[in-house]
Amino acid sequence: MIESSPRVAAAAISLTVNGTSRTLSVHPMERLLDVLRHQLGLTGAKEGCGEGECGSCAVLLNGELVVSCLIPVLQAQGADIVTIEGLVCIDQLHALQQAFLDCGGAQCGICTPGMILAASELLRKKPQPTRADVREGLSGNLCRCTGYQHILEAVEEAAHGNNRASGPAK
Amino acid sequence: MTNERIVGKSVPRMEGRDKVTGCARYVDDMVLPDMLYGATVRSRIPRGRIKSITFERRVAWRDFVVVSAKDIPGKNCVALIGEDQPCLADGVVSHPEEPILLLAHPDRHVLTKAVEAVSIEYDPLPAIFSIEESERLSQVIWGTDNVFKHYVIEKGAVDAVWEKADYIIEGEYRTGAQEQLYIENNGMIAAFDPERGITVWGSLQCPYYVHKALMRLCALPEDRVRVVQTETGGAFGGKEDYPSVIAAHASLLAIKSGKPVKIIYDRMEDMAATTKRHPSRTRHRTAVTCDGKILGGEIDFTIDGGAYQTLSAVVLSRGAIHAGGPYYWPSVRIRAKAVATNAPPHGAFRGFGAPQSLFAMERHMDRIAEVLRLSPVEIRRRNFLRPGQSTTTEQTVTEDIDLGKLLDRALAISDYDSKKKRFVKENTGDRNVHKKGIGIATFLHGAGFTGSGERNLGSVVGVEACADGRLRVLVSSTEFGQGTNTVLCQIAAEALLLSCEDVTIAQPDTNVVPNSGPTVASRTVMVVGKLVQSAALGIKQTLVNSGMLSDAYSSEEFRDACRAYVSAHGSLRSMARYEQPAGVVWDDEKYRGAAYAAFAWAVYVAEVSVDMNTYGVTVNDFVALQEVGKVLHPLLAEGQIVGGVAQGIGFALYEKVVWDRGRMQNGQMTNYIMPTAMDLPPIQVYFEELGNVHGAFGAKGIGELPMDGPAPAILNALCDALGVSFDSIPLLPEDIFDRLTENSTVDTLASAVDERR
Repeated sequence: MIESSPRVAAAAISLTVNGTSRTLSVHPMERLLDVLRHQLGLTGAKEGCGEGECGSCAVLLNGELVVSCLIPVLQAQGADIVTIEGLVCIDQLHALQQAFLDCGGAQCGICTPGMILAASELLRKKPQPTRADVREGLSGNLCRCTGYQHILEAVEEAAHGNNRASGPAK
Repeated sequence: MTNERIVGKSVPRMEGRDKVTGCARYVDDMVLPDMLYGATVRSRIPRGRIKSITFERRVAWRDFVVVSAKDIPGKNCVALIGEDQPCLADGVVSHPEEPILLLAHPDRHVLTKAVEAVSIEYDPLPAIFSIEESERLSQVIWGTDNVFKHYVIEKGAVDAVWEKADYIIEGEYRTGAQEQLYIENNGMIAAFDPERGITVWGSLQCPYYVHKALMRLCALPEDRVRVVQTETGGAFGGKEDYPSVIAAHASLLAIKSGKPVKIIYDRMEDMAATTKRHPSRTRHRTAVTCDGKILGGEIDFTIDGGAYQTLSAVVLSRGAIHAGGPYYWPSVRIRAKAVATNAPPHGAFRGFGAPQSLFAMERHMDRIAEVLRLSPVEIRRRNFLRPGQSTTTEQTVTEDIDLGKLLDRALAISDYDSKKKRFVKENTGDRNVHKKGIGIATFLHGAGFTGSGERNLGSVVGVEACADGRLRVLVSSTEFGQGTNTVLCQIAAEALLLSCEDVTIAQPDTNVVPNSGPTVASRTVMVVGKLVQSAALGIKQTLVNSGMLSDAYSSEEFRDACRAYVSAHGSLRSMARYEQPAGVVWDDEKYRGAAYAAFAWAVYVAEVSVDMNTYGVTVNDFVALQEVGKVLHPLLAEGQIVGGVAQGIGFALYEKVVWDRGRMQNGQMTNYIMPTAMDLPPIQVYFEELGNVHGAFGAKGIGELPMDGPAPAILNALCDALGVSFDSIPLLPEDIFDRLTENSTVDTLASAVDERR
């Protein structure tokens, strides 16, 4: 019998999201993506494919880029999560966000949050990437609008202007 | 006046900040109180009669809302051009994934299993899956002949050209289905109130298409159906007609349950059930003189429409009109037809039939060149349309376009001649692991609805002054990445010599905005933009006539005047309605005349290399040169071109829909492959700007054009690299392998050429 509420007992999960500590009562196998979107109202992470292929649900987990549609929330126990909402610092756009605006890196905008977080991880690892580095660093994030070119330019713009703004997210 | 010109500048994207901060609200980000989630029970067979429907007892059905065709208050159809497509199957199914029942429940987690627990028994009927099966009439599944629509375009005396020809050259070309693959899946929320009627919010291109479909389905008057577009995460034609289906389903569940209902497709459902680009087959038979002049020819263009007519008639029309390319045909007969098969209906995808027929035309030009031992450049140069000549529909070219010059420029930018020579040298030698080639495509794309389409639409646009003195653009034209919001505001600001901050745009909501037509057909900037320009001027006229504004004014004075007028009179609104320009005349009966108010023109050059071990193809370089009238926003325009080229590269080399009895087998992003950032070459974009009297500040359409050229340019480059002709896309490494290892001779030209002397 499929009942209205099929979930087994909820567990208490503690994690830090965009700098704020949270303790949530959730099913441990709930996807991190759903917890962020439905429980915390952080809808910046999007579901494009539900199988880790498109990268539009990407967030940073302890500084590493992950696809939140493939992460059971149990795995985020004690973790530090940064979503796109966590990149803005008191109304000041992150250098990457500004560069995406200036270079035309966002068209329909649905891949943009994941793309910007992927770029921030790339710039953390390689602050001065070559074009080939950027292509590779963003190859796990699909964009159907831009053909990527303006996105690549935005990431390079942000990299070269690193001293100007707050720098890539941790 | 301190204003500097805004048109031609890359002003900030209107909704850009919301998009880069993750604040933009798409339909799946919306939650209404007490909302249910909806799901769709679909046909598992391509064609048959429904014998029985059983609700398996393992589900607590009392907690579900279940809707069938019997719950439809009005007509069971998805009203579009025709009304043949049922909203929910009633006794008969005609394609896999056809919707049969709808379920809703407060907990979205239980829906998947509930859908699986509805078991449906069928009496299967024989089904057909290809253009050829449909033509043979092995089963009649639509009308009396399986033909949704048929056109003949006839110019000159085609039957007389064959005798005069030095060569008669034939070819057959095919293109496959292509998924739009917007990253935001389709979705819709509906709410019902007995007093106010139905409201839907969703991801969509055409609010008034949805509006029309819901009125018919729910038997409601127009003021009791409200359609609101939420931020839309890509569309490309894929959200032109199908959103009406989902809106209809969500509405039926909302009416029956009395609660708001959200339906969001997952990727596999979206891929399997919604529309794709029409598969096509084009046959050319062309009479040519020995010096490479086209005397005339016959073109047969056939598309697979799937099970219902949806938009096939208009996709067919655009494909047929573009089938002759940018060339002068003294005589031509184009026969076009859209046929029915038992696949989900195919629909709109950027280019709308033109990428299919232009692929054929541009491959065929290279074939003609090869037979005549002319270069691909020369054969095109000798046949380009010139001002004063007429197109296949006998539309006189009045624009001052010089395609020869456009071609020269593209060849120079791409270093075509020296690359072509170099590759010939480098490709010889057996140990060469990579073979390189370079190819071109020259083409055109008509802006706006075809023929009398714009006159029939009669689009209406509004501009209103707000209480704070700013202007607000009122259109049903939607933003889904292209930059509609930004460019339309730019146009209004430019018309009144204001700055961009003085203008906003209303969220498309049929309760608020007039019907400015659908956001399709590369029509928004040219047609709707021109109307925004005149509506904006109407505001100024009213203010000047009322004595509140002088002819010369600052932004500040304009704002003051708006404020004063609104506070004195309550509101200030100026409307503009489309009127067919003089000289744009179309004969629907004979299918002849001015098919489009303006054409964009382009020359694309692709350089490829083939790995001779894996047959993997890499596009190394891509030049896209186009004349699109005035470029109103260079950054957005370049974004349109690069994005379109990327989709064109996918169409040619990556994106293959694997079918099994009408059902897509690879409906996932892991096995339907679109290009990633690693797969694309530098795409060099160049514009020529001739202007256009019919568009706002000289603009033409731009959105669809870049989809037309990449596939033929790439295939022409591959033929150049390998010395073998490929006439079908998508072309994957395994297809190249098959072709190169065929036992029979690889030269098919002999059978296709009738040499007269």
